[in-house]
Amino acid sequence: MSGTVSWWTVAVIAAGSYGFKAAGWFGLGRVLSGPRMQNIAGLLPPALLAALVVTQTFAVNTNQLVIDERLAGVAVGMLAAWRNAPFWLVVTLAGATTALLRI
Amino acid sequence: MAFGTDVPGSFCHTRSSRVKKRIRLTAKKYAKDAVIMGAAVGIFGAGFGVLAVDSGFSTLQACAMSLLVFTGASQYSAASVIGSGGDPVSAIGAALLLAARNGLYGMTMSSKISGSLWKRAGAAHLTIDESTALAVGQPDPADVEGAFFAGGLAVFVFWNLGTLAGALGGQVFGDAEALGLDAAFAAGFVVLAMPALRTPAGRTAAIFGGTIAAVATLGFRPGVPVILAAAGALGAYAIHTPRSAR
Repeated sequence: MSGTVSWWTVAVIAAGSYGFKAAGWFGLGRVLSGPRMQNIAGLLPPALLAALVVTQTFAVNTNQLVIDERLAGVAVGMLAAWRNAPFWLVVTLAGATTALLRI
Repeated sequence: MAFGTDVPGSFCHTRSSRVKKRIRLTAKKYAKDAVIMGAAVGIFGAGFGVLAVDSGFSTLQACAMSLLVFTGASQYSAASVIGSGGDPVSAIGAALLLAARNGLYGMTMSSKISGSLWKRAGAAHLTIDESTALAVGQPDPADVEGAFFAGGLAVFVFWNLGTLAGALGGQVFGDAEALGLDAAFAAGFVVLAMPALRTPAGRTAAIFGGTIAAVATLGFRPGVPVILAAAGALGAYAIHTPRSAR
């Protein structure tokens, strides 16, 4: 399948991701060390991932939020994840719930 | 040599066998953990391959992401932002905000693993949640380096094989929406966030981030709300860190 994504996007994400890793290994990261940056960097994933859950669950087109079949699937998935279900089971339960409601 | 270790009167032999056995056992221990972890991550990788192709990445680009970016949450977020109509700048911003923590892992690991420039440059690429967790979790400091590379390489192999399988298999899914893939990916983000959600500060960050994203979706282009949600991390930090420790 041919993509619609620019290779520049792939390249910049790759370079930036390696940049962070290497910065840590080669001391450049020491500028940003200290407990404050460590705490904030550790809290970025839950904040951004929650944002992705929200947009992936409620957003349609541009500037619109709706409640539809996705919410039921995500709720089932959340429950499974909270109970420590493995990744494949969580996504399968979420997808199947939403797919069933869409029939 | 089935009875080798039981030969009586051969102290030296027995002792070296014991040492060998111990080395073999510890090697087995983290190698097994690494493979189990890698196999589990392979399914994540397949999920990324499906999402990436569904979002407009080519199969080659999906594989390039997993080979070169090699950090799961960043890859998922980039694909989700682009799939929802976000521009490349938002996708890059969200991916790199999520990649920042690997810098902290790199700092932690660089104090435990030394070696040539090439070795450390390679180790840097393998610096992710899983390899760092496996290495830091070793009770014997002598195992840290082996566990880091075993974990990193196992995840790297399975993650990339999974991505390829998902990208190729994902093209078979005709109607991604009828299969509930949009909800499945949202649930996938929940799984990625789960370790952080088990801490009070992580939960606060998630509530702030989710709320900011919901409100911002009403006024901004797709992708921007995810970036703005980073402010949720600052808010959670301000609330959960005692003033004296800031």
